Amino acid sequence: MYDIVIIGAGPAGMTAAIYARRASKSVLVLEALSYGGQIINTPDIENYPVAAHISGFEFATKVYEQAQALGAEFVFEKAVEIRSDANGKTVVTTDNEYQCKAVIIATGSENRKLGLDNEEELVGKGISYCATCDGAFYRKKTVAVVGGGNTALEDALYLADLAETVYLIHRRDAFRGDEATVEALKARANVRFIYNSTVTKLIADNRLDAVEVTDKNTGDVTKIELNGLFVAVGRIPENQNFASLIDLDGSGYIKAGENCLTNVPGIFAAGDNRVKNVRQLVTATADGAVAATEAIRFVSEH
Amino acid sequence: MNVIEVTTATFEEEVIKSTKPVLVDFNADWCGPCQMLKPTIEQIASENDNVKIASVNIDDNDDLAFKYNVSSIPCLVLFKNGNEVKRSVGLKPKPEILKLING
Repeated sequence: MYDIVIIGAGPAGMTAAIYARRASKSVLVLEALSYGGQIINTPDIENYPVAAHISGFEFATKVYEQAQALGAEFVFEKAVEIRSDANGKTVVTTDNEYQCKAVIIATGSENRKLGLDNEEELVGKGISYCATCDGAFYRKKTVAVVGGGNTALEDALYLADLAETVYLIHRRDAFRGDEATVEALKARANVRFIYNSTVTKLIADNRLDAVEVTDKNTGDVTKIELNGLFVAVGRIPENQNFASLIDLDGSGYIKAGENCLTNVPGIFAAGDNRVKNVRQLVTATADGAVAATEAIRFVSEH
Repeated sequence: MNVIEVTTATFEEEVIKSTKPVLVDFNADWCGPCQMLKPTIEQIASENDNVKIASVNIDDNDDLAFKYNVSSIPCLVLFKNGNEVKRSVGLKPKPEILKLING
């Protein structure tokens, strides 16, 4: 039996592991894919204290090594269920079951898809969810960004430096993101705005050639020929597997406040998958510390 | 076996003319998920003799990326007898890569 099982080896989960090991609790970290989480897609982190510049990969690797050196155990299996009873908790993975006294859910979030027919098979063949990862493939090409939040705006600005033309397709008539970024985009001659519209069809012959865009107000359908479509329509917290036990809000985020407590005693939430206003690297690691401290207290008292 | 670094100059010889299946890992130094995938790829190379594992840096060999329609990395492409037979885009866990090779 472990003292604490942590689900997710992103910045929140790995920081929780560091705190829990320093309190001499036995720790198992379960991860479906690989350590690091979403941050590994960021080429250059500039807003984390101490490190003026560090890549997401380097950051994640350092935290991973730190947690491992302190004795945290990592197992690469996907957690599919948590059970809680008088004897403790059980975390069920695709391969095993692990008994523990406390659980920290730090699963983060994944990219929201457009939900169009051939979207999945066109990933890597014109569809991308990461402008900074794949933008370099679209030098002097025509691309579109879908979305209206900060990620979409920043993606469009990043791509405007590389691509010949950038369409920004947004379902509303105004942007939710930073005004400064919107202004910077408007100053670019190669950025074209398409408001009140959604992408309704992906046109492809082996790779993406064009999209069909539908105007929500007029119903008009326009075909835009392009080489790449960058999808930035938000993220979905990865909490679905725990929904029968843990209270979620309407968007699927765990209803846990700044103290990281969920509705179940002994189960805590840390990072991007809980209700919060600011989702940044530094708030994720902060959550890891808070959730671990609460979990350590719970383990000591039970 | 080790992972073989392949370039535009050696691609024909190492990949297309190979009698063994070849798994080509298209990657770049600036790509975090590619760095994350690297240890898994190296491990698979050392544990599997039935497949050759090649790495292509897309910045140095952008013509190969273009030719094989690679527009998102990491991208793993399995070649048999000079032809692409399977492809996987994005960071994947080891069992899924083994399934790509053997399945």
